[in-house]
Amino acid sequence: MSQKLRYAYYPGCSGQGTSKEYEQSTRAVCEALGMELVDIPDWSCCGSSPAHTVDHRLSSALSGRNLALAERLEGVSAILTPCPSCLTNLKVSAHKMKDPEFAAEVNALLDFPVRNTLPVKSILQAIYEDVGPDALRPKAVRLLTGLKLAPYYGCIMNRPPHIMEFDDHENPIAMDQLMEAIGAEAVTFPLKVECCGASFGVARRDIVQKLSGKLLDTAASNGADAVVTACPLCQMNLDLRQDQINVANNTSHNMPVFYYTQLIGLALGMTPSQVGLEKLEVSPMALLESLPARAEAQAQAAKKPASKGAQS
Amino acid sequence: MKIGVFVCHCGSNIAGTVDVVQVAEAAKSMPEVAFAKDTMYACSEPGQQGIIDAIKEMGLDGAVVASCTPRMHGSTFMRTVARAGLNPYMFEMANIREHVSWIGKDKVANTRKAIDLVRMAVAKLAQNKPLYSQSFSINKRVMIIGGGVAGIQAALDCADGGLQVVLVEKTTTIGGKMAKLDKTFPTVDCSSCILGPRMVDVAQHPNITLHASAEVDEVFGYVGNYQVEVRKKATYVNWKTCTGCGACMEKCPSKKSKDPFNELIGTTTAINIPFPQAIPKRASIDRDSCIKFKTGKCGICAKVCPTKAIDYDQQDEMITEEVGAIIAATGFDLMDWHVYGQYGAGRYPDVITSLQYERMLSASGPTGGHIKRPSDKKEPKTIVFIQCVGSRDKSVGRPYCTGFCCMYTAKQAILTKDHIPDSESYVFYMDIRAPGKMYDEFTRRAMEEYGAKYIRGRVSMVYPQDGKMIVRGVDTLAGAQVEVEADLVVLAVGAEGAAGSAQLAEKLRISYDSYGFFMEGHPKLKPVETNTAGVYLAGCAQGPKDIPSSVAQGSAAAAKVLSLFSKDQLQSDPQVSKVDLKRCVGCMKCAITCPFGAIKETEVRGEIKAQVIETICQGCGICTSTCRQGAIQLQNFTDNQILAEVNALLSSETEEA
Repeated sequence: MSQKLRYAYYPGCSGQGTSKEYEQSTRAVCEALGMELVDIPDWSCCGSSPAHTVDHRLSSALSGRNLALAERLEGVSAILTPCPSCLTNLKVSAHKMKDPEFAAEVNALLDFPVRNTLPVKSILQAIYEDVGPDALRPKAVRLLTGLKLAPYYGCIMNRPPHIMEFDDHENPIAMDQLMEAIGAEAVTFPLKVECCGASFGVARRDIVQKLSGKLLDTAASNGADAVVTACPLCQMNLDLRQDQINVANNTSHNMPVFYYTQLIGLALGMTPSQVGLEKLEVSPMALLESLPARAEAQAQAAKKPASKGAQS
Repeated sequence: MKIGVFVCHCGSNIAGTVDVVQVAEAAKSMPEVAFAKDTMYACSEPGQQGIIDAIKEMGLDGAVVASCTPRMHGSTFMRTVARAGLNPYMFEMANIREHVSWIGKDKVANTRKAIDLVRMAVAKLAQNKPLYSQSFSINKRVMIIGGGVAGIQAALDCADGGLQVVLVEKTTTIGGKMAKLDKTFPTVDCSSCILGPRMVDVAQHPNITLHASAEVDEVFGYVGNYQVEVRKKATYVNWKTCTGCGACMEKCPSKKSKDPFNELIGTTTAINIPFPQAIPKRASIDRDSCIKFKTGKCGICAKVCPTKAIDYDQQDEMITEEVGAIIAATGFDLMDWHVYGQYGAGRYPDVITSLQYERMLSASGPTGGHIKRPSDKKEPKTIVFIQCVGSRDKSVGRPYCTGFCCMYTAKQAILTKDHIPDSESYVFYMDIRAPGKMYDEFTRRAMEEYGAKYIRGRVSMVYPQDGKMIVRGVDTLAGAQVEVEADLVVLAVGAEGAAGSAQLAEKLRISYDSYGFFMEGHPKLKPVETNTAGVYLAGCAQGPKDIPSSVAQGSAAAAKVLSLFSKDQLQSDPQVSKVDLKRCVGCMKCAITCPFGAIKETEVRGEIKAQVIETICQGCGICTSTCRQGAIQLQNFTDNQILAEVNALLSSETEEA
């Protein structure tokens, strides 16, 4: 990499609690990939789901405050956040503030105005675009060969496309390619951008059990050993609620649900505790321990048809 | 000069919001005006007679009619003025309906504006000069571009009417989209059985010259005298000696070539005749898949050909056809449905287009008329039809209705039940559009007799699971989400103008819309004409339409050509550009800007001058605004005439101020 990658970093509230392992592995992986994350000083809540359902101006002001703080950092090329929900709020408010009239209304609520100069990206987009699968591949010291993953992006990482401006909104491939770069296999997973039920887990658990159950069913039927996600809420619904889902749907899934940063971290040589694997509810340890044997079997299987072809 | 002004009430259309009596009164004091009067309907028989009487009685030199648009009645009143014995160009029109009464409610302001417009028309008319048409002879041959059912109908009608017809077809056979269809709605009769004989008629008609595997390269000339450069694309087979025996196809080793006739669901040989009823029944080589062209080795077709027709060195051949009229019947293509990511964007083999399904249903298709899904060649039991894929969908830039999909989907649902009696068909639709003769009855049959399950709603997603295609959509009548586990999904993909239609429109100098459909002269009253004289439209090239409508329009275009050719000579429009030789410096900027190639260089007493070819000039006036010397002037729209109008307008403003 010719130039130093330096970004303003917005951790988001999930990273302080329910998705500590995402936060931990994100920081570790970025450091290992030479991406400097500068925390936005005194960052505040992005507004999450409630704010924009009540008042667009106030919601934009909540995100706007963080945008304005980030713009005062020196030498950063973008604002990054691991959480798709934070990403949506930051990007939507930056998008809406392109309208000068709206921007003036929001800026009136802030201590200092948003200049709207820095692009907002997900950590996934930054790793995919600024580092890229090709640069990641040679850095992987422990390939995850034999691991079959259902890449699950969640419903808002890529949508609406004209605001998120990243990857295909029906069939995204960034995470697929990153996982393949570290030796894993991304299985066909048609529900990449389907809804997991999101925060309905609190109010209407049955909805999450139905929707997330479908995701697990589809991942399993397509041969995945595990799901890999990029969203704290998706991960929580699929992992923490997997027992509830199994009971409600009469299934017996035992499917680990990783953050993609955890798997990249492992491939870069980090220990399970460095990437917070112990925080996962469905333990991935047995699966990960079986990988060397699977890799061996896969290599044997790959040899056979090749030798057959040579004979004929 | 003595000018008469006639202000039309148009019933209450104008008089309702314009004080027409006051307009006529004001006109009386305008320069050169000798007579002014209001009239109830200027275009009616007594209205026109009033104009004629006034001209004759008062000895008027010209007339201004303040009424509707020149497009509506300009030619009507020009004929009126001519009947009164004046030159028809000694006439001006002030549009006080569309430009005044219909767009404003303030009667005082409207009246003032109407007076201004009349004053401008009067000022211009004072500068008008008589203009005279020229006669020129016409070439009574017609070219038809596109050999689908509309082009075939137009060709046969013209040829039966005694005209010499040149039919140009892009692919190696005529037949178009209709030749790909298995059956036709609402009669479920075999498509190739009704089209085939017509194709044979084209081949055998003594008045029709067919150029297949040919495209229009350039078009020169004007109505009555077009020269069309046609590129006959190399087929690498000498069609004069090829008998269509098919021996080459049997022996060709490259059997996995793309088969566009079968919509890529089957494969064909590199040298092929697209289908058994092809006209002309001649073989051609697909360079991209031919082993001889790719590696230099093979040549089997040349060895087996009994007439030695194979010619690997064949080149494109250019020919020039001289014709008096052109019918564009270039048809449609399916829009690129891969923009629909939610339907898999082409990633799933068992999501196919309706035209691919049609080839599967056809007994002469690649599956021999057996419905087999592409992924595993198994017979599907549950088939989902999704309507309006690229129709009535602003999100993909296709706001229009393709119009025939509702009908062919009903047909395909019926045929599916015939082919696989224990199958189930689901149709997701927005509305059922079946406004033809026996059409609605037909869609009801699909539902009631053949049990097709119609679900009113859009499909949000199609995805594979456990060997099935899960189709998720909404049933808006039940207000519920529905999921269907399908074996095969058929998309009713919308139509757009055929590939290359925009380029052809540029060559023909006709208008086209952003979907590649050619623009007709008037949406209601000139459905087969274009704004370029001598160029007509037929079939889906003008807009999506079903077979009966395409055939009707083919016949209509033929009738237009026959009526055009019923005269031996045509009158030219004298409203063309004219060069003032004294002022022209021969810079030839006008020739460069002329979009019609109507200006040529000439030499007058050793000096280079521009010269307008009057029969080619369309009177657009671009040259006039280009010429710095003001040497080239559009007759009836000269700088002096336009300035007179502007001055009249400004003088009224200074008066008011």
